[in-house]
Amino acid sequence: MKSLGSIRRSFAPWADPASKPFISFKNVTKKFGDFTAVDDLSLNIYTREFFALLGASGCGKSTLLRMLAGFEQPTSGEIILDGQSLAGIPPYRRPVNMMFQSYALFPHMTVENNIAFGLKQDGMPKTDIAERVAQMLKLVKLEKFAKRKPHQLSGGQRQRVALARSLAKRPKVLLLDEPLGALDKKLREETQFELMDLQQELGLTFVIVTHDQEEAMTMADRIAVMSHGKVIQVATPAEIYEAPNSRFVADFIGDVNIFDGTVAAAEDGRVRVETASGVPIRMASSEKVSTGAKAAVAVRPEKIRVSRQAPAHAPLNAAEGEIWDIGYLGDMTVFHIRLKDGKVIKASSLNAVRAVEDPLGYDQQVWISFGEDAGVVLKD
Amino acid sequence: MAKWSRFNIVSVVLGFGFLYLPIVLLVIFSFNESKLVTVWAGFSTRWYGQLWHNQGLLDAAWVTIRLALLSATCATVLGTLAALALVRYTRFRGRVLFSGMVYAPLVMPEVITGLSLLLLFVAIGLDRGFWTITLAHITFTMCFVAVVVQSRLLSFDQSIEEAALDLGATPVRTFFAITLPVIAPAVFSGWVLAFTLSLDDLVISSFTTGPGATTLPLKIYSQVRLGVTPEINAICTILIGVVALGVLVASIVTKRREVQRERDERAAFAAIG
Repeated sequence: MKSLGSIRRSFAPWADPASKPFISFKNVTKKFGDFTAVDDLSLNIYTREFFALLGASGCGKSTLLRMLAGFEQPTSGEIILDGQSLAGIPPYRRPVNMMFQSYALFPHMTVENNIAFGLKQDGMPKTDIAERVAQMLKLVKLEKFAKRKPHQLSGGQRQRVALARSLAKRPKVLLLDEPLGALDKKLREETQFELMDLQQELGLTFVIVTHDQEEAMTMADRIAVMSHGKVIQVATPAEIYEAPNSRFVADFIGDVNIFDGTVAAAEDGRVRVETASGVPIRMASSEKVSTGAKAAVAVRPEKIRVSRQAPAHAPLNAAEGEIWDIGYLGDMTVFHIRLKDGKVIKASSLNAVRAVEDPLGYDQQVWISFGEDAGVVLKD
Repeated sequence: MAKWSRFNIVSVVLGFGFLYLPIVLLVIFSFNESKLVTVWAGFSTRWYGQLWHNQGLLDAAWVTIRLALLSATCATVLGTLAALALVRYTRFRGRVLFSGMVYAPLVMPEVITGLSLLLLFVAIGLDRGFWTITLAHITFTMCFVAVVVQSRLLSFDQSIEEAALDLGATPVRTFFAITLPVIAPAVFSGWVLAFTLSLDDLVISSFTTGPGATTLPLKIYSQVRLGVTPEINAICTILIGVVALGVLVASIVTKRREVQRERDERAAFAAIG
């Protein structure tokens, strides 16, 4: 498995100008009456990529997937798959298969027949079908359940049947619509890693739709964060988390503290921001901002230190406050610290040792502080 | 279980008595020895035996059965298609009007349905007989089928059709391999309903019938005008039996599927945890 991990890390066709995208959305718009579900969207997805469309419900991510599957036609724009335009091609002639959120298993067919259904449509010889079905059953570890009907299976088993069925035809692209939504947390986490391994093993392109950011972060090579039919940012999970391009993305992915203010000075790749809560901030930034412009600084909770004494660089990138709430999560502790102006800052610290001698308690006066590379400057 | 109060018992007895007393009387007197309908003279099945020699009744029964089979089958096809159109294509122009028009015959007085059909057949110069009755029965039973099938389709997970398309099945194949098998019990119930409705229709039949197409209810009605005979009681008892059997089979088919499904689901959940 370790080698797979390293393949994954070195996989970045999007960064290579010479590589051709496998799936291209070109200025795609989809309207339902007056409602614009997908708004002039362009996006490239590469071969063997695990690509996630992430957003709140109603952001257009499912519509995008359904257009790729052929259930919806774009109002304008074009979708290219493997060099071919998909315009006018019905779903049953597209080399993509989809795993549905509801699994959409055929209730009157056994597990076997569910998996064989697509192969039968292609007119595959019977012996080949049997062989492929056996192979798929083995892949999802359901050999013993071949003769069962869907309603005789548990949720997790149904999910596997749906996966086997959508993979049976060896599609060029597998589309997954909230594939793990109906599973409980533990099973979901296991299945996430199984899906990743499967995608590596089969060498397929996966496009997954999810509203669960953890799921997207765990599995995807790249994530497209969507809102109101537009893609806000497309990047690797690490880039999305550490270098969000907007307040929306910073806020949508993980927890974040946002300090609003105006730019006081900008030089040498460093920006000074005077914030509304009175904390002077100096932050490394590649973003071009001009003095006097409105800006915000986003700092993740785990990058904020909590201490009893003022840090050496105070008052820069530091503020005094009072512990307001403490959430003990086991692996880490989350502090809510109230600054003098009433702003509440979230800070989290890893519980690296089992017992701290003198732990921070409620109502204590503390200092929060962070380094000059801990946050991101966001233009408003 | 709660104890039955006197009020409950009385209301149940009254209710059922109201519904079934006439029928029970009819059934009992069909086994009456006497030729007089209202005087009991001992048990006998001779009126049933005599039925077999009454050519008029037998002919009428044969017409009725052929009519019911044919019209129920056509009504089921048309009603199912109408239900599919209503549930699937929620965005077509005039949908509200169309659905209203499909359901109108449900509440339309039969006299009006019958009269309007008669006027139509006269206007287009269609000779009244077996085929006009068949058309009329298809018309008024179709909407019942549409209602039954539509209620099933509303709880139908459309993504299974999309899944079939996605796996390479054409729309036509998707319908026959996926949609129809899944909604089959409802379609069958609709057929049985249409069959029984056609079997005992009197009003619409009497408007649209013609020479050589006398249905059993028509025959019975015309004979009753000459006085009720035990023979009529016998044929009515058989009719009640057939209708009751139809309804029973339909409900058992639906119920058995439900029970089977519940049991399987329980087994599946027991298996997980």
